Amino acid sequence: MTLLDVKSDFPILNQQINNHPLVYLDSAATAQKPQVVIDAVSDYYKYDNANVHRGVHTLGQRATDAYEGARETVTQFIHAKDSKEIIFTRGTTSSINIVARSYGDAFITAGDEIVLTEMEHHSNLIPWQQVAKRTGATLKFIPLEADGTITMTSVKETITEKTKLVAITHVSNVLGTINPIKAITNYAHDMGAVVLVDGAQAVPHMAVDVVDLDCDFYAFSGHKLGAPTGIGVLYGKAALLNQMEPVEFGGEMIDFVSLTGATFKELPWKFEGGTPIIAGAVGLAKAIDYLQAIGFDKITAHEKALTDYAMSKLKQLDGVDIYGPEERCGLITFNLTDVHPHDTATVLDSFGVAVRAGHHCCQPLMKWLNVTATARASFYVYNTFEDVDLFIDGLKQAKEFFVDVF
Amino acid sequence: MSFNNLDTLYRQVIMDHYKNPRNKGTLDNGLTLEMNNPTCGDRIQLHFIIEDGTVTDAKFEGEGCSISLASASMMTQVVKGKSVEEALKLSLYFSDMMLGKEADSEGLELGDIEALQGVQKFPARIKCATLAWKAMEKAIDQEDEA
Repeated sequence: MTLLDVKSDFPILNQQINNHPLVYLDSAATAQKPQVVIDAVSDYYKYDNANVHRGVHTLGQRATDAYEGARETVTQFIHAKDSKEIIFTRGTTSSINIVARSYGDAFITAGDEIVLTEMEHHSNLIPWQQVAKRTGATLKFIPLEADGTITMTSVKETITEKTKLVAITHVSNVLGTINPIKAITNYAHDMGAVVLVDGAQAVPHMAVDVVDLDCDFYAFSGHKLGAPTGIGVLYGKAALLNQMEPVEFGGEMIDFVSLTGATFKELPWKFEGGTPIIAGAVGLAKAIDYLQAIGFDKITAHEKALTDYAMSKLKQLDGVDIYGPEERCGLITFNLTDVHPHDTATVLDSFGVAVRAGHHCCQPLMKWLNVTATARASFYVYNTFEDVDLFIDGLKQAKEFFVDVF
Repeated sequence: MSFNNLDTLYRQVIMDHYKNPRNKGTLDNGLTLEMNNPTCGDRIQLHFIIEDGTVTDAKFEGEGCSISLASASMMTQVVKGKSVEEALKLSLYFSDMMLGKEADSEGLELGDIEALQGVQKFPARIKCATLAWKAMEKAIDQEDEA
């Protein structure tokens, strides 16, 4: 197939690292930013910067329009019913923590169950450990199959009528597994549980429709789809968000205040204490526009072609362990036999190739894989077949260096 | 393509310590200290016996990259038989070396640790090299408090 040809939209990629052209294969950690996003953030500060929802001057209005306009863009992007269901946060971790603190502490009590999977990122594990600790609820885990997927049989064995909340990742940041969210949501609702989806690794790569998924909460980060760091989204069904208390108090979220009490704004602002991340929201809206102009059908196909190509090349090498299922999102987690991933990544970096090495914020999943750490190559819109070739060349060098030289 | 740059990091003596670690194992008596590097998952367990202010035995177990495990192997080798003061001086010397500072090795028996000098050119890997040394300092600290 013909791949997308957008690398030149990303100025950072036009540089040499250790005398080699940069091959950036760490987009699952954070994606690079297209020039249009950099310009949008820069222009916001050059021309429109002011605080939002305060005062009557022109810049204040422009900043408010830009910020609330970004909320509309996000609303349409994930097909939410209403922009009041879109709360701007610092990122996925922050979004999940709001739900854990606000919904978790109020609606989960001793004896209730919180159901997760064994593949969760620490950010969708630890907030629930803390809720369990505070409320006396029990954590349960949907087990993984040998290939790193979950089955509806295990889902049904784990979620019960005692389950109050299911928190699950849409796409695994280590295995690339794409979870059957719609079926899980459907079953969890039958059992009377609400469902939070960690969409950090899904939203950058595939079209997401929160109404079709019928999830109750959906969390994602801007920086993984080309927006700045520090901006993220919490989607929640209005009926639930309306029952929930704010987590941060002061600034933007207040309605009337006296010395002894206060009332709070309506949705979505009641969850946005303080001056919000205005430039981040502007950058997020521009990143979404950029991706939508390319088209998510094309983005998904592009990443699949790259992943398939890389997988076929990797399988031709001896001594490479690959983790995760056949059908996966655009990333490959692997280890060279008898070479620690740090060492692999250092050699790759000396050839200009950036991959992640470590536990990927998934220590329990590393234990499940029976490894201490892995290397991970992840792909995005700007990667090319040539990037994959350079990655494979670098791996051959790493093997030669560690296995043959020593 | 050449490995010139990498050769300053991965020297033969380092890979030898990685593949044939010295002092690997546990000690029944003595003190045990576990330390990990939470950003990458490296983990080291040190076992020290300190008698009359001298490190009389040192062993380690761990999971990690070549740099962290080679460093642990070299560290146990070089501090064994040394006084606690000397061990701490070596640790300071090693830390200075990692930071590229002019380090004073006057009167210190360095063993193989200078082979890790190249790590300073790879800032992302310095924390791998210093893990075992930090664990050693903490172990001595705990012994002092005991």
